[in-house]
Amino acid sequence: MEHDHPTSRSGTEPVVHLRGAVALLGRFPALAGVDLDVDRRRIVLLRGANGAGKTTLLRALAGLVPISAGEAVVLGVDLRVDRQSVRHRVGLLAHGTGLYDELSVADNVRFWTLAAGAVLADAESAMVRLGLDGRLSDVSVGRLSTGQRRRTSLACLIARRPELWLLDEPHAGLDKEGRDVVDELVRDAAAAGATIILSSHELDRAIDLADEIVTLGGGVALDDSGAGGDGNVA
Amino acid sequence: MLHDAWLIARKDLKLEIRSRVALNQVVPFALLVLVLFAFALDPDRGLLEKATPGLYWIAVLFSGLLAMQRSFAVEAADGVTDALRLSGLAPEGIFLGKTLSVAVQLLVLEVLLGVGVAVLYGTSITGWLLLLATIVVATAAISTAGTLFGVVAAGLRVRETLLPLLLLPVLAPVLIGSTRAFEAALSGTPSEGWPWVGLMSVFAAVYVVAGIFGFGPLMEES
Repeated sequence: MEHDHPTSRSGTEPVVHLRGAVALLGRFPALAGVDLDVDRRRIVLLRGANGAGKTTLLRALAGLVPISAGEAVVLGVDLRVDRQSVRHRVGLLAHGTGLYDELSVADNVRFWTLAAGAVLADAESAMVRLGLDGRLSDVSVGRLSTGQRRRTSLACLIARRPELWLLDEPHAGLDKEGRDVVDELVRDAAAAGATIILSSHELDRAIDLADEIVTLGGGVALDDSGAGGDGNVA
Repeated sequence: MLHDAWLIARKDLKLEIRSRVALNQVVPFALLVLVLFAFALDPDRGLLEKATPGLYWIAVLFSGLLAMQRSFAVEAADGVTDALRLSGLAPEGIFLGKTLSVAVQLLVLEVLLGVGVAVLYGTSITGWLLLLATIVVATAAISTAGTLFGVVAAGLRVRETLLPLLLLPVLAPVLIGSTRAFEAALSGTPSEGWPWVGLMSVFAAVYVVAGIFGFGPLMEES
């Protein structure tokens, strides 16, 4: 459902608009009133200690965790009314790979690409981009290293061409070359018009990448601090 | 919806072909059940011949449970459930695709068990049309109900033990109907079997409708 909401400081409709957003995991408020605005084409770094609410925030923005109070609008969709219709427009790189171990790399990437309504050419180019073409493409995912699985998950994500990228620890498990590829993908996606929100414990690398930094603690956004630009937390 | 169903069915079947779980575990289990029935009911006493239709369908149900549990176990691994929710695939398409995949596996199983029954129990096959209709309709009923209850159990830690408890009582009418229809076919009185095929068709239709409307909300909760 489309939602009328305020424009951001840039004068455009924000891709993410949260006001006092609360998300409960059982009875525990994993998000306890988060305020956040993110404009299109921005790269936002979420940082905070373990348990601060980063993963829950990313999952909530993907429409996987219900927002029980406050305002939550993502890509023009009011998440309190309809969590489903935003899902196919976001790409979430989560802790789990989201891959079938018994299928090959190519089978996995092709399946998730076609499931998202994209075409096979997108799957092939994503595999080339992540270095998964050639011999590796026929290997079962269950036989891959952690880094190769992460690359496969990323290939599935980029083949879908999401408008909003939600990356939970995208550098985890990757070697330097892999981490460089992730950074390059993120910058290219933002240049192409996507919005990226990522959490990472590799702060040196992530701060260089980010336009904005949001610090979470105890399920709320604590402050805003500029990286390449000003933070945009209310 | 049909495109999504085809994608899911193709993926599930490819997964089974690559993993060979059905071939290496489900089929041997099914044939072992038949052999154990033969040991328990001595073929020389004629009891086995009488009980063949029921034993056949019990073997199908028990072995089919493994295939149905497997169908949802692969979706529970390593964040795949979330990926499915985010995929944009229509829930009713996922339901129909998983139903189709389970149905294809059941059909293969039923053919193998049919050969097993003919060889091990010495059953002479008659009433082909009724037998085939029973197999098709009963397979549709088992796979639709199994897929619907599979997603109910999918999100629970006790799913392996819960699914049989939920599903077997629900499938009792299918077991009765398919057994009676097989008895009628094998005894040369097919007219007595067709009403049971009709009953199972209604059962399958009800679960197709229930699955199309109910699978999405149930998947959301799993």
